[in-house]
Amino acid sequence: MASVETTRSGGDTGLPDLVLRGMTLGYLGWMVVLPIIALGFQSLVAGPQAFLDAVLDPQAVHALKLTVVTALVMVVINVVMGTATAWVLVRYEFPGKKVMNALIDLPFAVPTVVTGLMLVLLYGPSSVLGTILGTYGFSVIYSQPGIVLALLFVSYPFVIRSVQPVLLELDRAEEEAAATMGASGWLTFWRVTLPTLAPAIFTGAALSFGRALGEFGSVILVAGNQPMKTKTTPLYVFGEIESGNKQGAMAVSLVLLALSLGVLISLNLYQRRWSLEDGK
Amino acid sequence: MASDHDQTGEADGINRLSASKWASLPIGRWLLMTVVIGWFALLILVPTIALARQAFAGGLAPLGRAMASEEFRQAFGMTLGITLVAVVVNTIFGVCFALVLVRQRFWGKTLADGLVDLPFAISPVVTGLMLVVLYGPDGWIGRHLETGGFRVVYALPGMILATLFVTLPFVVRGVVPVLQEFGVDQVEAAYILGAGRWVTFWRVTLPSIRWGLAYSMLLLIARSLGEFGAVMVVSGNLLGHTQTATLYVHDGIEGFRPEGAYAASLILAAVSFFMLIGMETFRKRLKASKQS
Repeated sequence: MASVETTRSGGDTGLPDLVLRGMTLGYLGWMVVLPIIALGFQSLVAGPQAFLDAVLDPQAVHALKLTVVTALVMVVINVVMGTATAWVLVRYEFPGKKVMNALIDLPFAVPTVVTGLMLVLLYGPSSVLGTILGTYGFSVIYSQPGIVLALLFVSYPFVIRSVQPVLLELDRAEEEAAATMGASGWLTFWRVTLPTLAPAIFTGAALSFGRALGEFGSVILVAGNQPMKTKTTPLYVFGEIESGNKQGAMAVSLVLLALSLGVLISLNLYQRRWSLEDGK
Repeated sequence: MASDHDQTGEADGINRLSASKWASLPIGRWLLMTVVIGWFALLILVPTIALARQAFAGGLAPLGRAMASEEFRQAFGMTLGITLVAVVVNTIFGVCFALVLVRQRFWGKTLADGLVDLPFAISPVVTGLMLVVLYGPDGWIGRHLETGGFRVVYALPGMILATLFVTLPFVVRGVVPVLQEFGVDQVEAAYILGAGRWVTFWRVTLPSIRWGLAYSMLLLIARSLGEFGAVMVVSGNLLGHTQTATLYVHDGIEGFRPEGAYAASLILAAVSFFMLIGMETFRKRLKASKQS
């Protein structure tokens, strides 16, 4: 998120300002920074060998790979469908558009565990849809497609909500100029529209990827509990906590934390550069 | 549902169709709309309907029985209590910190601004583990609290801390842009006219940020009602003890007591639906107040 500009003109910082600043920074440090430092310290205190052993455990490696792969598959689908959905919502008129636009955010409001339950009820082995899919040898729940489906649900709004405002502000004149000069619709989209949308699409993709890395509630119900098959990293960490392997849980958590922070920081840097280039 | 590969293939087709919109191919436009609305219905609406159908499958009696149970009411009471604390604490913090970020200048501000977003990026399970590491019986803080006879982890204070952590950014992120837009002219005018800080805040600043604040508070409440992973790790997931509504749903499914899970899920989904309507209203008010 872009840096905050100070709007107060002078440096007239009085005592109440200092107290307010000290208390809020103190709360932030205590609530957010201290737990992260504690996790980092405790997971490394046993030495680098113990840390590496825990991270390179075959089950942990598999969980990390599965998390990244399912998240990437979700991002690819989400980028295409999210951009298309934003497009339809901005450019087309149809009955029920307002209702649909309001319901886009539903995945942000519905508890993740309820999402998981919904998907199990719809695609689970005892459901109508699950039975039909099962007869064709295709299972969604308790297998990897179910994980992607859960991730698609929880991250559905990200790309749409980043692309929509940019598309609304987009200057139609450029597109029309391209079309007048004889560019085909496809060419116009690739050369004129898409480059303008690209930063917003990237932002949405990064946000949904970050969300998918850590997703737990919906995945735990959908994935079942099968090591080396459907155990994503958050599920693995949870399992290790439950079975008392705190060292393993902390080490893998630190890797997951580094991954999500990496996504957040790259997005931040990217947005900063993008807004500088825009001259905003 | 087709395989993932098919979905991407199908979706590739859409962009091509959307691009040909200028060629005013009504069939392309129609197809794109069908695919987008169909995807929305399949991904979002159909699962919601499946839940409602299943919950009402046995009629109203099993639902009523589940809701009347002691466990059920305790779980929702717990969730409401934790949410109330999270709303009060993080709204006060959020407004104060937004004021600090927008109206003060200090060393490390960019860093502090970035740190606020961290809870959005951290997996709920990792959040829970961090709290266990810090406040558990052998943690840096927990060690001292335990000797004083105060339990944090595997008890209510830990669940409150977990919820406070995951909901920390909402109000800050919601209020900062509104405050920036509002500027300081009116605030300085109030100071010149002799109003104190407190009066200026209540009479000038707060009214100007009210819709942005209300919107972000709703997001905070929704997140708090639905928090699962962090609370599950911290609560130790002891059956019958320290349960919230979402833990109740999870235990209901795992423990083969599905009616309770359906009933609780239905209520949670209905609540989130109404919150969504509220958010939409507040967002419109916010937009209107910006334009005026």
